[in-house]
Amino acid sequence: MKKLILAASLSAMAAVTALADPIRMGTEGAYPPYNFINDAGEVDGFERELGDEICKRAELECTWVTNDWDSIIPNLVSGNYDTIIAGMSVTPERDDVIDFSNEYYPPSPSAFVGVAEMDVDLSGAIIAAQTNTIQAGHVSEIGATLVEFATPDETVAAVRNGEADAVLADKDYLAPIVAESNGMLEFIGDDVAIGGGIGIGLRESDTELKETLNKAIDSMKADGTLNTMLAKWFEGDAPQW
Amino acid sequence: MFEFCVDPKAIEGLKWLSCYLTTPKHAAMYYSILTVLGLLAAAVPPILLLGFAGALARRSGFAPIRWIGLGYTSIVRGVPDIVFFLFFPIALDQAVEVIRHKIKCPDVVGSVYQGNDFVVCQAAKMPLGPSPQWVHEAWGFTLAVVTFAIVFGAFTANTLHGALAAVPRGQLETARAFGMTDRQTFWRVHLPQMWVYALPGLSNLWMILIKATPLLFLLGIKDIVYWAKELGGMKTQAYTYSHPDWRVWYFAALLVFYLLLTWVSQRVFDRVFARASRGMSVAR
Repeated sequence: MKKLILAASLSAMAAVTALADPIRMGTEGAYPPYNFINDAGEVDGFERELGDEICKRAELECTWVTNDWDSIIPNLVSGNYDTIIAGMSVTPERDDVIDFSNEYYPPSPSAFVGVAEMDVDLSGAIIAAQTNTIQAGHVSEIGATLVEFATPDETVAAVRNGEADAVLADKDYLAPIVAESNGMLEFIGDDVAIGGGIGIGLRESDTELKETLNKAIDSMKADGTLNTMLAKWFEGDAPQW
Repeated sequence: MFEFCVDPKAIEGLKWLSCYLTTPKHAAMYYSILTVLGLLAAAVPPILLLGFAGALARRSGFAPIRWIGLGYTSIVRGVPDIVFFLFFPIALDQAVEVIRHKIKCPDVVGSVYQGNDFVVCQAAKMPLGPSPQWVHEAWGFTLAVVTFAIVFGAFTANTLHGALAAVPRGQLETARAFGMTDRQTFWRVHLPQMWVYALPGLSNLWMILIKATPLLFLLGIKDIVYWAKELGGMKTQAYTYSHPDWRVWYFAALLVFYLLLTWVSQRVFDRVFARASRGMSVAR
């Protein structure tokens, strides 16, 4: 009898998993306005709204988890969550390890920010960037001295306290920070075009999920909802599809 | 939390601060204090158990057991903590999932390693995909406790091994001369006297364990240091409560927290030491 109950409950559990299978959405939670943890302690931002809409359209049940940036790819690959939706640009190096969905954010420029009126010579400067980002790769290419930090917030803090001469990051991330710095910070030099657009990172073996997500993203591009969202979260010159 | 907190951008001063410090995000930080204390409490029994097992194994008269004890303490003590914390929980997690995969999905063919990916069937996931978030967190916590137990167990084994060897031989010989069996000698004379020699080393380990808890973040557990960093960082207008870089205040609070914790611990250790050295001629 006991065995029977056990078997029944086990098969019931198996049935539940086959039906529901929630998708675990992995993000960093430290990169406003893309993704951040709001004051209610929940994941918020452009990617939260986008992800929830994608899940609705694809009829998936989604839960959000945060993981630090440094180990975000290893933890996807070992199955702790099913997607990376964390402002991750599509690059050939990353594409070797994981797969990407269609891009939901067009290629956008990165920019340097330094303390205002400091005349920084970028080629010989000390430049802060987040570890394992396209920007960190770019800084070492232009021959400047790279200092790496684990979170985007620390890269900006390094410029404020003089540890670095400038920070290189996505312009969309830096724009609100510069705007709210009361003139302390300013953009330096020209924008830099590095990396592709942003897509959802997936395990290479998850081809079915990739198709589902692509369909949802494409439909959002087609009916303009994606553009509305971009305009809502990225003020001013928000990129559009 | 308070009624006047509906529109935080419109209030300022103490009112603003009282709202700010009672956000659910801050509650998560206060809660993480319990996570740290809970981990410490949960880790101590397995650490002592492994420590004793390791120490006794190293004293064993049977060579292979001695080698196991020596191998365990030498290998674990020799590997840097951070390497161990990056490698071991993931390896343990995958090992559990591979075993469950073999049991629950015997008909799935092919390796669980597909290129870069580690893929087990849904039923073998640990914890199961649909489980609520707290189950995932509890599992992460368990992995953390096991990892801490193995790392600190090795150090404890060495301390206890040294302490057991420090009890004067004459004490044990006298016990035997009184007619005690080996077992009685161990429990009545050897073990009680060992503590005096072990306690300073154990209190060191406890302090190091307290300070090692921020390594929890490597295991995906949000501890108090993570929250201090996250809450202290500059917040733009995208947040309900925006503020400049306040990390220095949050880290000052951390300083107080850790000092309090270690201070209380030291008081407790002093008492235990006084009790353990009752009737012994220790130099003061």
